[in-house]
Amino acid sequence: MSEIIGKNLTRRNFLATTAAAGGLGLMGVRPAFANVNWKKFAGTTIDVNLTKSPRGELLTKYQKEFEDLTGIKVNSEMTPEQQQRQKAVIELTSGKPSFDVIHISYHVQKRQFEKGRWLADLSGFLKDANLTDPSMVESDFAEAGMAFAKDQQGAIRSLPFSVDYWIVYYNKDLFAKKNLAFPKTFAEMIDTAQALTDPKAQTYGFVARGQKNANTPVWTSFMLGYDMPSVDPSGKLMTDTQEAIDAAKMYQTLLTKASPTGVAGFNWAECQSAFLQGRVGMWFDGVGFAPPLEDPEKSRVVGKVGYGVMPKGPKVQAAATTGDGIGVTEASTKKEAAYLYCQWAISKEMGARLLQTGSGVPFRNSILNDAEVRKGVKMPAEWVDAVAQSAKISRLTLPVIIPVTEFRDTMGVALTNLLAGADAAAELKRATEEFKPVLERSERA
Amino acid sequence: MTAVSTPAVPASEEEARPHKGGHLKPSYWPFVLPALLVVGAVILFPWVFTIWMSLNEWRVGSDTSFVGLANYIRLATDMRFLESLWHTILYTVLSVVAPLILGTAAALAFNTKLPFRGLLRGIFVMPMMATPVAIALVWTMMFHPQLGVLNYLLSLVGIPPQAWVFHPASVIPSLVLVETWQWTPLVMLIVLGGLAAIPQEPYESAQIDGANAWQKFRYITLPMISPFLMVAVIIRTIDALKSFDIIYAITQGGPGTASETINLYLYSVAFAYYDVGYGSAIAVVFFLLIILLSLVLLHLRQRAAWSSGDGK
Repeated sequence: MSEIIGKNLTRRNFLATTAAAGGLGLMGVRPAFANVNWKKFAGTTIDVNLTKSPRGELLTKYQKEFEDLTGIKVNSEMTPEQQQRQKAVIELTSGKPSFDVIHISYHVQKRQFEKGRWLADLSGFLKDANLTDPSMVESDFAEAGMAFAKDQQGAIRSLPFSVDYWIVYYNKDLFAKKNLAFPKTFAEMIDTAQALTDPKAQTYGFVARGQKNANTPVWTSFMLGYDMPSVDPSGKLMTDTQEAIDAAKMYQTLLTKASPTGVAGFNWAECQSAFLQGRVGMWFDGVGFAPPLEDPEKSRVVGKVGYGVMPKGPKVQAAATTGDGIGVTEASTKKEAAYLYCQWAISKEMGARLLQTGSGVPFRNSILNDAEVRKGVKMPAEWVDAVAQSAKISRLTLPVIIPVTEFRDTMGVALTNLLAGADAAAELKRATEEFKPVLERSERA
Repeated sequence: MTAVSTPAVPASEEEARPHKGGHLKPSYWPFVLPALLVVGAVILFPWVFTIWMSLNEWRVGSDTSFVGLANYIRLATDMRFLESLWHTILYTVLSVVAPLILGTAAALAFNTKLPFRGLLRGIFVMPMMATPVAIALVWTMMFHPQLGVLNYLLSLVGIPPQAWVFHPASVIPSLVLVETWQWTPLVMLIVLGGLAAIPQEPYESAQIDGANAWQKFRYITLPMISPFLMVAVIIRTIDALKSFDIIYAITQGGPGTASETINLYLYSVAFAYYDVGYGSAIAVVFFLLIILLSLVLLHLRQRAAWSSGDGK
């Protein structure tokens, strides 16, 4: 039984809501926006802080529609990710941020924002029928989305906006030439990658990020297949466990025996370039990097790309997940109006645009599974299927801690050292010891 | 018109001089005060505050606490800091020496009567005018091991492909290559100025004495342009020490930390980890190192001036 976020839905309310939605639908009112009193805060002005990304650009592009719908004036500002994060932290620490709405990267900022108590509790708004559309039900969101949105006490501090599942892009031509099938397990993945590798022909079986910091999610994704998070629920680092070491060895094998020269300096852009040239069998990264692969002006592999869900690890099959959210600042004096903006940002209409333009993937299953929405998606159906299947096995890629960047840097250096031949167990032990006091200090402060 | 008085103008030279001990007369303070306020606000206060922050455990979003010299003690055992210090020294030395040698050679070439000398000089100084980040992005593409033009050019002469900035062993020399490409013209311009100032008589005497080209360069040109070379060394050293944009845009300090200089480490600590206390300690130590190095270079500059006969 579905549940309106934070409130049980009775049969009576369900029938009433459906009837009302149906009636409004007949009258030509857009169902997703039907029940909310959108004009309640007409005349209010809100400030919105977005990251410069396809998601931020999409919100800015359609902002006028929100203003027309609500009568709320929106001043939005878009800054590049790194600078936006720095600006947000400095302003929120001051207690008087210049914005009411903030776009956050869950996998980097979630714990920091929770500890700082910088985001307003939206649980009450979500129960208010005047403010929240009945289609906003908790079960509609991917599990990871709600895990990101809720704080440790279960209060909803933001709305899940866009998800990034890590999938395996593969070159069907290269697979066919070697008569190979898409791997089902980690072991098969390693064997397939090596079988595809032919340095003389400049063909490689696998590519993924080798650059410090950017490489850490690759390794933690492998760890998930060993059923091992990088930090356990009690806050203990699991980065020097046998599972972590095995995952690191897998990373080392793939990137030293089946990857192009210089992969230690590759971020996603270099990996993408190599894959676009048709020289790489498999590329492991987020689903959001797919659109250029099907663009004839940028890609030599148009129509030849397969989109595979992460193969099963020795213990489980898990799709590593990162994502963006959108929330209202605790210091805002216009929380309801700001909340309406957040709700509009993750509405079915905007989610469909997000998916169809390749700007991102909505957390809401009702959008992903909507046949009409799917028809408008420019990416192949296989890509949408990979996304939908990944949603079912999604797990958080990175630990929910404050010093995420430092974690990624410290572990990232160890992983880069592996590519120069260092011992996995020794490197991870050193990196774990180095990071342990940083983690302890962050939670103590 | 004749009644206009000028009370601020001293009646005599004696009156214009500061009092004994270098103190200004009270009537002069209003003129100096605005400048002092500006200097205090934009130079002195930030430095005093940075030193104060370095003595505290100071993280953005957390309470601060006084820790004395703990951040400095931590620096002494921080392998990443020590490694970044070594990278800074290596990067600076190479980024000074390479443009110095090539710039001097280019100046000697452009000092002769080459055809199209003016045009060639103009083309030669063009890299200096380009924006560092734009340069960095172009070089990043050129360095790409599989798709870059540099490996293609090497393949034409039978040299195997190199990893350039994508391998820890070759990353610093590769970054120095970019720095050298951009800043050799600056050294060339400075040295060219020095060459233009050298009189012809010593060369004529050397010619009569039977000196060869190398001897003329070693015993006449080099000593006479050494003050100019020292200026170039000082400018290049300061520039290379504070280099951030090119390294950050091309490698972000990687692979791993193989090209992480103090500036990049400082940036990570202060603005990615938000540990401003520790970041401030790094900034203070780096500042002291720069002062020390500047004093050494200024001393050498004076020695170069004396040895070339210009003792003023």
